[in-house]
Amino acid sequence: MLTAGIDIGSTTVKCAILKDNEIVATAIDFTGYNVKKAWQNILSKALDKAKLSTNQIDNIISTGYGRDSVDIANKKITEITCHAAGAHFLEPGVRTVIDIGGQDSKAISLAEDGRVIDFVMNDKCAAGTGRFLEVMARAMEVDLDKFGELSMVAREPVKISSLCTVFAESEVISMISQGKSREDIIAGIHRSIATRVYSMASRLDIRSPIMLTGGVAKNIGVVNALKEKLGDNLIINPYAQLNGAIGAAYLAQRQS
Amino acid sequence: MNMEYKKEPIKTKSKMKEIMTNYFLEAFDAKNKGKKVAWITSGGPVEPLIAMDIIPIYPENHGAMIGASKLGEKLVSYAEGLGYSCDLCSYATADIACSRGEKGPIGHLPEPDMLICCNNICSTVVKWYEIQARYFNVPLFILDTPMCHTNFTEDTKEYVRRQFDELFLFLETVCKKKMDFDRLEEVGRLSVQAQKLWQEILDTTTHSPAPMSAFDAFFHLALIVTLRGTEICVNYYRELLEEMKDRIKNKICAVPNEKYRVLWDNLPIWYKTKWLSEKFAERDVCLVADTYTSAWCSSLRYIDENDFLGSLAPAYTRIYLNQGIDTMANEIIKMIDKYKVHGIIMHSNRSCKPYSFGQYDIQKIIRNKTKVPVLIIEADMLDQRSFSDAQIESRIDAFCELLHS
Repeated sequence: MLTAGIDIGSTTVKCAILKDNEIVATAIDFTGYNVKKAWQNILSKALDKAKLSTNQIDNIISTGYGRDSVDIANKKITEITCHAAGAHFLEPGVRTVIDIGGQDSKAISLAEDGRVIDFVMNDKCAAGTGRFLEVMARAMEVDLDKFGELSMVAREPVKISSLCTVFAESEVISMISQGKSREDIIAGIHRSIATRVYSMASRLDIRSPIMLTGGVAKNIGVVNALKEKLGDNLIINPYAQLNGAIGAAYLAQRQS
Repeated sequence: MNMEYKKEPIKTKSKMKEIMTNYFLEAFDAKNKGKKVAWITSGGPVEPLIAMDIIPIYPENHGAMIGASKLGEKLVSYAEGLGYSCDLCSYATADIACSRGEKGPIGHLPEPDMLICCNNICSTVVKWYEIQARYFNVPLFILDTPMCHTNFTEDTKEYVRRQFDELFLFLETVCKKKMDFDRLEEVGRLSVQAQKLWQEILDTTTHSPAPMSAFDAFFHLALIVTLRGTEICVNYYRELLEEMKDRIKNKICAVPNEKYRVLWDNLPIWYKTKWLSEKFAERDVCLVADTYTSAWCSSLRYIDENDFLGSLAPAYTRIYLNQGIDTMANEIIKMIDKYKVHGIIMHSNRSCKPYSFGQYDIQKIIRNKTKVPVLIIEADMLDQRSFSDAQIESRIDAFCELLHS
């Protein structure tokens, strides 16, 4: 049984191919302007890796904001259900998923079989999402990939008090002009995201083990800031960023 | 597709347009007929006004019309240009914009001879009505109904009752005639009759599939707000109730494939009711009940039909929004049981602070006591700028997937 999951997020597009409940290939790229081209490319990339062709795939499920654009998908399922399924597939014991994506963040409470019991999502504001980090990286003139390691050497993390991404950017710029160190500011930015995500997740009954998914899970600074709030039992799977696509492919396995 | 049940429009609906047109025409013509017009808050005591032949006009009902006509953004932006904050209630700012010359769905409202403000629904109305009283240079009466956090005391009752005496005096002074208390009892009886019929109409949705949805209730609500205490209102609801009973008998319903029954909390998102009702119907979900439209019969239990005058204080103080969070949560839990709902959608309404404040606590109480899932979506009843299609659709989809799983 071969299935594919395609997750079209606001920032990146992801694809996972599963064969009999085993991951055989994954691919990831930026979404860009042309959503249709983005998923077509990512699907062929993943298929090439697995040395397969589209017609060999038994079932395709799409997810993410662009899910409706995938006309070859047999089913479209929201990223909430897919993230829960993905986490259950990767780590069956997981009871809470915290996903920090490009433009939204969410916390999901899982049943033993991976079903969603409850979920919360961020409000209209972009603070507490990957976009917040992108905006800050631009203001700091630092490559986003360096954010994590730079924050590790911070001595006195600053406090970002603004709740709004745009105003927080102004706040950061004023801190730069005050001569605060880049590392301290970056560490402050990570704490700000962690605080925001944690207070959102607290609306749910947060049960361990907790898994962090989404692209932001690659940032060690945010991970550590979240661990300060949630404790050390925060699971980061190597497939964290692909979790939604994996969940979609896994649901495609179960629903075939 | 469930072939047994079919969807058909509600026939009584066609009469609403005529009734509302006549109502506004009469109000616009009030001065020529020697009648007075009073602007009144949606939870305000209208029966004494009807008894005095005053035509009540509801800026909040007008707000709903503005929202449904998708004119909210234009009017609210205009008010912001006048200096009103974007954090204020959009009903208030849209109303202020309309009064200052910006056109609404019916142009503007008939000008008031007096303003009657009751703070049982919120405290914004006090400042809103003060502004309008200054602008129109007309007398304002404020009826203060203390919040019933845990109970309704004798002191509260007496405090509000005395204000009713002052209200009668106020009306007599403005109208230069005496209050006819026999007429007030008669108007009270009609008001209670309409509220009972309204409750019965809402209760027809206990039948599955429901003969109407909360979206229909949002529409038919107009008369219990604007014309309660009149024969017109009683006759309309009597007919609507009969139609609902017939619909059940003839297997006509709101969502023929009704699989999941959902309860709505807070005001409707007026500019998105069609969009939302289609989204839910596509997913076999029917909004069978809501806390908003049922608020207009929420204090029925405190009214003695044979002593309407004596019932006014509790009737206007013990309404849904003027109670503590525990009481509100209990009301919702009772509704979950009564309407057999599978899930709850709470509209966190940027404009309506008293309605939205506490929703997270109510969500927790419901989760602990019933296990019924609750989705909170953020929007505004009137201002389209507060609504994000993609985000809300995602949340609704995920919530429906949760109900289906």
